[in-house]
Amino acid sequence: MVSKKIELMVGFFVALGIVAILVLSLKVADSGISGNGETYDLYAKFDNIGGLKVRSPIKVGGVVVGRVSNIVLDEEDYTPVVTLNIYAQYKNFSEATSVSILTAGLLGEQFIGLHPGFMDESVETLLPGDFIEDTKPALVLEELIGQFLFSQGSDD
Amino acid sequence: MKQIHFLGQQTVNLISGLGRAVIMLTSALMHRPNVRKGLPLLLTQLYAVGVQSLIIILVSGTFIGMVLALQGYTILVGYGAEASLGPMVALSLLRELGPVVSALLFAGRAGSALTAEIGLMKATEQLSSLEMMAVDPLRRVIAPRFWAGFISLPLLAAIFSMVGILGAHLVGVDWLGVDGGTFWSVMQAQVDFQGDILNGVIKSLFFAFVVTWIAVYKGYSCDPTSEGISRATTATVVQSSLVVLGLDFILTALMFAG
Repeated sequence: MVSKKIELMVGFFVALGIVAILVLSLKVADSGISGNGETYDLYAKFDNIGGLKVRSPIKVGGVVVGRVSNIVLDEEDYTPVVTLNIYAQYKNFSEATSVSILTAGLLGEQFIGLHPGFMDESVETLLPGDFIEDTKPALVLEELIGQFLFSQGSDD
Repeated sequence: MKQIHFLGQQTVNLISGLGRAVIMLTSALMHRPNVRKGLPLLLTQLYAVGVQSLIIILVSGTFIGMVLALQGYTILVGYGAEASLGPMVALSLLRELGPVVSALLFAGRAGSALTAEIGLMKATEQLSSLEMMAVDPLRRVIAPRFWAGFISLPLLAAIFSMVGILGAHLVGVDWLGVDGGTFWSVMQAQVDFQGDILNGVIKSLFFAFVVTWIAVYKGYSCDPTSEGISRATTATVVQSSLVVLGLDFILTALMFAG
């Protein structure tokens, strides 16, 4: 018969293993329960998304308010459509909100910067599923250098 | 001619050995589980295989985490990138070192013990006596040991990674002075649940399957002599280590190269 001590030790071992997996998922990967709160989707069309990826953060003034959940190419006009998955606690962005694709540092990864627009009586708030009209594409370093060289050349 | 004969003999032995191993495993596992009888057997084996491997896993996990932090710090600080110490340690532990090193330690600590135990049972004809009493030794002896190994190793690998990261925190943050907040936040930004943690767990499930399978098969098929047992125990450790390392390359290529 299995003694109580062995049962206790096995229980302790299995509990420790489960705790380890939980610690790894919650503390190390910071995913799971905390990341799966209520969210809603907004859409934005960009001319160029540069190096933006799914799961890139969406920030307002440096604070993460959501993540990019999907990037597809619009089948009619072939422009990238980005799905912005925003935490439900940050709702009521105005229709005048603008989004731009920014880079963290000179060579860092790209994220979406959201600039909440003004609010007054005549402006409505963005509802889930709305498109954000005012978008600024990513800066592509090669294009910038190309423009710079071009303008240098035309000065002469 | 002699060499060709030898080659053919080896190939036939290898293939028939593989076949016997598959037959042993399927006939040990493919039957309706009997919870009332099986659970106490499984618990005893979980104690022998899992709980008794805890100490070696805890100690080596802590030290490997500490060494990783120390080595990583001296390299990263040259680039002013010591903030990346957290993700470096966490990713190397979760993706590679956790599953692989714990599988190697497990093969040495638990796999060899399983082989020796089953081999001695065979040499002293305990397995035959079980059959005489109409008890299937595959179900009574092999199956609980296999399941215990299969359950234990993924848990041990997760524990290994966890104490490794804590050991790295001890050295990196408490001793070398990397900022604690940066250590965790950069790690959390870099480590992905599905890509890193889940793939690590899947890896250790594969390793657990292979290592335990080799261990119980080598014991079950060994020559019933003292030399046979010693050869089977050595073969368990050597073959499981090689298979773990080879399988690790294949799994890594499938998971992370794409």
